[in-house]
Amino acid sequence: MALLEIKNLHATVGNREILKGIDLSINPGEVHAIMGPNGSGKSTLAQVLSGRELYVVTAGQVIYDGQDLLELSPEDRARAGIFLAFQYPVEIPGVSNMYFLKAALNTVRKSRGLEELDAFDFLNLVKEKMKLMEMDQALLNRPVNTGFSGGEKKRNEIFQMAVLEPKLAILDETDSGLDIDALRTVAGGVNALRSPERSMIVVTHYQRLLNYIVPDFVHVLSEGRIVKSGGKELALQLEESGYAGMGIEDEEEAVGRV
Amino acid sequence: MTAATEKIGSWAAEFAGQTKTAPWLQKLRDAAFERFSELGFPTTHDEEWRFTNVAPIARATFRAGAAHTTLRVPQGVEQLPPEAAVSELAKIASFASNAFVALNTAFVEHQVPATILRVPRGAVIAEPIEIICDVAEDVAREAEQSGVLLAVQPRTLIMVGENAQCTVIETYKGKGRYFTNAVTEFLVGEGAVVDHYKVQQESAEAYHVATLQAQLGRSANFSSHSIALGGALVRNDANAVLSEGTEATLNGLYIVNGTQHIDNHTIIDHAKPNANSHEMYKGILDGQAHAVFNGRIMVRKDAQKTDSKQTNKNLVLSDEAVIDTKPELQILADDVRCTHGATIGQLDAEALFYLQSRGIGKADARNLLTYAFAQDIVDRVKVQSLKDSLEKILFEKFHEHAHQ
Repeated sequence: MALLEIKNLHATVGNREILKGIDLSINPGEVHAIMGPNGSGKSTLAQVLSGRELYVVTAGQVIYDGQDLLELSPEDRARAGIFLAFQYPVEIPGVSNMYFLKAALNTVRKSRGLEELDAFDFLNLVKEKMKLMEMDQALLNRPVNTGFSGGEKKRNEIFQMAVLEPKLAILDETDSGLDIDALRTVAGGVNALRSPERSMIVVTHYQRLLNYIVPDFVHVLSEGRIVKSGGKELALQLEESGYAGMGIEDEEEAVGRV
Repeated sequence: MTAATEKIGSWAAEFAGQTKTAPWLQKLRDAAFERFSELGFPTTHDEEWRFTNVAPIARATFRAGAAHTTLRVPQGVEQLPPEAAVSELAKIASFASNAFVALNTAFVEHQVPATILRVPRGAVIAEPIEIICDVAEDVAREAEQSGVLLAVQPRTLIMVGENAQCTVIETYKGKGRYFTNAVTEFLVGEGAVVDHYKVQQESAEAYHVATLQAQLGRSANFSSHSIALGGALVRNDANAVLSEGTEATLNGLYIVNGTQHIDNHTIIDHAKPNANSHEMYKGILDGQAHAVFNGRIMVRKDAQKTDSKQTNKNLVLSDEAVIDTKPELQILADDVRCTHGATIGQLDAEALFYLQSRGIGKADARNLLTYAFAQDIVDRVKVQSLKDSLEKILFEKFHEHAHQ
């Protein structure tokens, strides 16, 4: 049975319809890349799946792990094993990374029927995961994402994912703003988390990330619809021809980015 | 009956009923009461009281009583009778234009002694000096049953000698309906270092008016932190006069809910050159609460090279809470740096979603972000035991809010 089943999903922000009928099925352990030009709805899909209230679902259905995902609050989705790695991780001054992550992990553990971790066990777990992401432990005592470099923020996202061990990870343009070394580290972290029990949706504009995180399936999104699906070779094809070569208008190329 | 006598209501009788004291002190009381009678209670027509209506205090009939005062005076600090501070007592906090200071001064040493402490020059006092004013429920209730309200008027004078160092914690708390009118004077000598905390945890029905007036010596370092949590109607005045090279910090945190009203007025007077001042007041407002912040910075003609920074940040959690914030800069010198800023905002929706997306429930996420807003003021508290207890109080307070 599919872990995630999206059927005819429509979503709007304000009066604008962004998603215009998405169909997608993801089985346990599969990695699906969602590619598409700016404004195609990639990030919206990621946010809708994690429950951002800014977006209103106007039609369609999302079944996750046998339940109606759209009925769940963002926190209940997280507790059910959905994780969104943010494109722009939010800075939260005044809340330490450590406190935040411990609160998050223990809530998630509780909902899975596991015991809450005490400070000692938590620290041991966290140290191990930090090594994976080549992160400085000093970051634990800093406020969440505050004063972090772009690379540190993205690493912190994957580090959180490593700690929370989701069933479905959604990576929203995790490659944006990363230099090649940081990209390798982040991708290495993601690959270490691949498992037959964990599915992933990797949202990206560029094929570059997919050299490191090799997907099982690639979907091309345009104007709120999936216009093409295929294997990993589709990404390479797209890299060569560009979105325009596939007859897809890329906002960035067409009008320039503001 | 003139308007003024109407306003001072029953206070004349209370004043007349006081046990007489030493002639010099009685003279001071008399002068202060005379001034109070002339001034009367302020109204919202007074610019300084525009947003704070003290009519509930002006209209009430009070009985002049006293709070139960607990003093912890560490070794090395001298506790003095008023006779030993004739030239300092009521000389720092002027009662010329402030009716509440005048009223307090008219009742100095009424039923309880004024707290007068001296830290000798050069003394370094590690343990904090603690002054706890507590109004017991039965005392407040007894007054109320006889148809009057209890008024308590704690008076404190702390003289810190040259190059001395100390920490002072004032706590105001109580139960029931009553009126606290406190005045605290600081006389800080050259090069002295003083860390002051005022924790206001009055009952939800209490009126609390307090003036802090600090006269700071050359190169002294004075920081004062006002934590305001309780009270129905609260007005704090925190004023500091700086000398050459003085370093002054005024921080504040106010957390109000329901129909609470809190007004923080501060004046930092840069009287001499090369002094620095920092001011950070933060407020968290919920329900139909009303907060006022008025921060005046005066830089006198001689006070060149002044460096002054003022910030007031407000987190508004409800649609009905109101904040009036106003910086007032009066700069007469030309080579100075003065910055000020005020913000009024709500909880960050992005941050809220970020926390929720990690499994943290919405109520807990709100609680966490609210707590985080207050965190940097709490972080500046250097007394660990006080910091711990504040963290606990705030945590419980926000937890309550979040789960209402």
